[in-house]
Amino acid sequence: MTIKTVYKRPKLLKERLFHYCPGCGHSVIHKLLCEVIDEMNLKERIVCIPPPGCSVFAYNYLDIDMAESAHGRGAAVATGIKRVSPETIVFTYQGDGDLSAIGTAETIHAANREEKITAIFVNNAVYGMTGGQMAPTTMIGQKTTTSPYGREVNKEGYPLKMSEILSVVEGTVYIERTAVNSPKNIKKTKKAISKAFQVQIDNLGFSMVEILSPCPTNWKMSPIESWHWVDKEMVKEFPLGVIKDRIKVKKC
Amino acid sequence: MKAKVKMKGYIEINQESCKGCQICFYFCPKSSISDSGSINSSGYFSACFSDNSECNACGICAIVCPEAAIEVYRE
Ligand SMILES: Cc1ncc(C[n+]2csc(CCOP(=O)(O)OP(=O)(O)O)c2C)c(N)n1
Ligand code: SF4
Repeated sequence: MTIKTVYKRPKLLKERLFHYCPGCGHSVIHKLLCEVIDEMNLKERIVCIPPPGCSVFAYNYLDIDMAESAHGRGAAVATGIKRVSPETIVFTYQGDGDLSAIGTAETIHAANREEKITAIFVNNAVYGMTGGQMAPTTMIGQKTTTSPYGREVNKEGYPLKMSEILSVVEGTVYIERTAVNSPKNIKKTKKAISKAFQVQIDNLGFSMVEILSPCPTNWKMSPIESWHWVDKEMVKEFPLGVIKDRIKVKKC
Repeated sequence: MKAKVKMKGYIEINQESCKGCQICFYFCPKSSISDSGSINSSGYFSACFSDNSECNACGICAIVCPEAAIEVYRE
């Protein structure tokens, strides 16, 4: 009898235990990145810019080149690398505290300059690593360590929708919002990542995938509750789907 | 852990990388994965595959497993 392998641990994922909490979306996204980079045969020409945040140690897991950036400055570091080495595929991996708070300016201006880079934006609605403080993406009413009674609009404003904001910036070519909370959404996320990388390979402009990602620890939920919470709450505020696709226009 | 045979599919769960998040319990359409009841060296109750399951190697458990601890085979 022949035995066929249906799923194997991705080749580019180092043999090492993730430091992430049980059920964390970061680990799923790392897995997907490894699969996509391997399938697109990019290992030798790709550089990742990991952020401060829970994913600060991404270089321990993905067997590709990395250059750590300061908090929020991913897009600036990526710009530098891409400009001196245009053949390199450069992507930032950023949390919501990183990309949509301290790094808003860098991100918007890199996108507006039509930098040929890709942002993998992991939106878990909190500052994960530092203990679950409120982020710009925190949901209205969501309890965090800095909004113990829930986020209030008249004090802290509304959840910031970075994908929609960036979609009106001229230099962005492809923006999609996905989630990693079900088999179907995980598959869609994988497709979105490869599409975003392809935009860069074709030298078209700035691409971004915003991934809604569960953070069971700081949401104070069990892993499966947090995966459901993405569907129940986050998707209402951050609808999934392709937010901008100018690939065809840019190609002709 | 190696589980086996007389079925169309089976999975192998790396007990040491499992963090007991139980996401796979929920998504497995055949309810073939459950708590092993034993603690691994990181202190987590790891998952185990039930031998008499109807696994057809759909691969869903491996897709959702955050730890990449599951490998799926088809006979
Ligand atoms: C300049 C600077 N300010 C503050 C910090 C502290 N800090 C480290 S990680 C982090 C928040 C990261 O949150 P997020 O980007 O949402 O990522 P997550 O941990 O949720 O994945 C902060 C504020 C820092 N490292 N550098
Ligand atoms: S704190 Fe949240 S984002 Fe950070 S590793 Fe834990 S679950 Fe993941």
